Amino acid sequence: MSAPMLEVRDLKMHFPVGGGLLDRLRLKGGIRLENPVVHAVNGVSFAIQPGEVMALVGESGCGKSTVAKTIARIYDPTGGEIRIEGQDIAAMGFAELLPLRAKMQMIFQDPYASLNPRQKVRDIVAEPLLEQTRTAAARAEVPARITALLAKVGLNAEHAGRYPHQFSGGQRQRIGIARALSVTPGLIIADEPVSALDVSIQAQILNLMMDLRDEFGLAYLFISHDLSVVQHIADRVGVMYLGFLVENAPRDALFTSPRHPYTRALLSAAPSIKPRVREEIGLTGEVPSALTLPSGCCFRTRCPFAWDRCAAERPALQDVGGGQTVACHLIDEPDRDRP
Amino acid sequence: MTALLKVENLRTQFHTFSGVVKAVDGVSFEVGAGEIMGLVGESGGGKSVVGFSILGLIDSPGRIESGQILLDGEDLVTAGEARLRQIRGREISMVFQDPMTSLNPLHTVGRQMDEVLRLHTDLGPPARLQACIDMLESVGISRAAERLSAYPHQFSGGMRQRVVIAIALLARPRLIIADEPTTALDVTIQSQILALMRRQIAEKGASMILITHDLAVVSEMADHITVLYCGKVVERGATRDIIEAPSHPYTRGLIDSIPDPDHRAPRLRQIPGAVPDIRNLPLGCNFRDRCPRAQAICGQEEPELKQRHASLWSACHFPLQPGEVA
Repeated sequence: MSAPMLEVRDLKMHFPVGGGLLDRLRLKGGIRLENPVVHAVNGVSFAIQPGEVMALVGESGCGKSTVAKTIARIYDPTGGEIRIEGQDIAAMGFAELLPLRAKMQMIFQDPYASLNPRQKVRDIVAEPLLEQTRTAAARAEVPARITALLAKVGLNAEHAGRYPHQFSGGQRQRIGIARALSVTPGLIIADEPVSALDVSIQAQILNLMMDLRDEFGLAYLFISHDLSVVQHIADRVGVMYLGFLVENAPRDALFTSPRHPYTRALLSAAPSIKPRVREEIGLTGEVPSALTLPSGCCFRTRCPFAWDRCAAERPALQDVGGGQTVACHLIDEPDRDRP
Repeated sequence: MTALLKVENLRTQFHTFSGVVKAVDGVSFEVGAGEIMGLVGESGGGKSVVGFSILGLIDSPGRIESGQILLDGEDLVTAGEARLRQIRGREISMVFQDPMTSLNPLHTVGRQMDEVLRLHTDLGPPARLQACIDMLESVGISRAAERLSAYPHQFSGGMRQRVVIAIALLARPRLIIADEPTTALDVTIQSQILALMRRQIAEKGASMILITHDLAVVSEMADHITVLYCGKVVERGATRDIIEAPSHPYTRGLIDSIPDPDHRAPRLRQIPGAVPDIRNLPLGCNFRDRCPRAQAICGQEEPELKQRHASLWSACHFPLQPGEVA
């Protein structure tokens, strides 16, 4: 079997906080305190095959966007491996990374902030392409390619000469998609691409993304908090909580037989236009701080099933069959599965 | 059931340099006592402006041009500012979308809660303090007495929205206008807040206007739904009727745009195009350029709101029958 499009192993991303004026004064005074660290991503592993749509879901602060940005090497990972078609890019320098950037591109959440207001659409879409093409001959083909790309995403040639503010949110997201497609990537990292859009526009963009996948065989890493969108678009779903991947399963398995208590709570909380019978797992309390992680299982402070083992031992992802992996001690002790 | 709030033919317009924005253009609806009415639509539909109009919070260049807003028979459009100040917070209160910005960061939560009671009740300080503590506890904040002296930044987003709801409920208003109350929150927190609002509304016997773009939230909360498009009511009716058999193609389109887990189609049904520029709307039906059923008459004549099947009223020349696909 060929290497997966993307493979992430034990990815860690920690952000130091502090280091401000007070800290410097403190250092002068000879008092040394350990700098606090935000544990945004704590050892996440998964793989995406070519043409596969993997969604990462979870609540704000769970680290899903940080995973996306770390894979795109917007951040330098604290640890772990990021393999694009088998090649580890986690520690690569800028120049080394440049040709590999053509294999993965990113689409951002906010269509207003992710386009340069001073550039024309033509230049926005061409920018990644120009980074990748250095010869004059190849560059001469760029304008024609831009027109073709705009047509692909449902815009026309006359839009190329306009500025981002002349477009609606949905159209801007199309421009962002055209920009990502310009270097014919194999993987698109989409960080909440439809969250800022109205539902009717959201459907247009999702349809476009799926058409493009069918046409170009794209793989997506799709970050979203909207479970109905994820259920529609994803082949595989990873659930994150407090920087940990707590469950990773094929879509149907995740939505019909979620195993991790957090996944179950998330599914039971999602509102739906259809009245349906749902498992009621009400969560109390809020997500703990990523500055000081709880001992053992990350979810135990809100988990209705938690017992002493959960505080003592951090559960590892284990295979429960059918490609579903879950990090929960309940898998070993299923008789505790009642609140 | 008698209507607590009756909005009749409300027109709110903004006079901008680039033209008149008819943000709310002839909107009528009723909210019964103890009822939750959902006001839905996409951005630019005029949902929030309806909410602000009811509270008399429309500032220049905006103006309520005509129409009536009757609260128990009293017209709020013609009421003076002094009377409106009595009504705001006391009779009608509001919960805003963003719990980060709707609390004053410089005052403690306790002081902001106390203000409502100070302005709107005759209670003395000890009674007010007790009322604040009780209210904070009833919205699910533990150690309420201590938390009163905390500042908003010391709370998380979900907790802040609980505080905002507590403030909205404190003076026991008869009507609560909640403008996207859970849009900024995570789903597990959203479900907690929605359950809290539903319980509090039922306990206190209040009514609510729930303004949201999220049909799923509205279908779980509301008794009735009013759908706005470009400042006009395009459809209204009982929640189940609207969700199961909408008669306006726009409502149908909104519902179909939501992925359906039971019938997973490779493509979502989308509404083509985008909302037209509200400064120069087309003649006739505002939705016709995006409507699969539009015919010549839709470009000439504006459809009137008429009763269809079940409890539905819709404004369309070619309404959908139950079971019909747009």
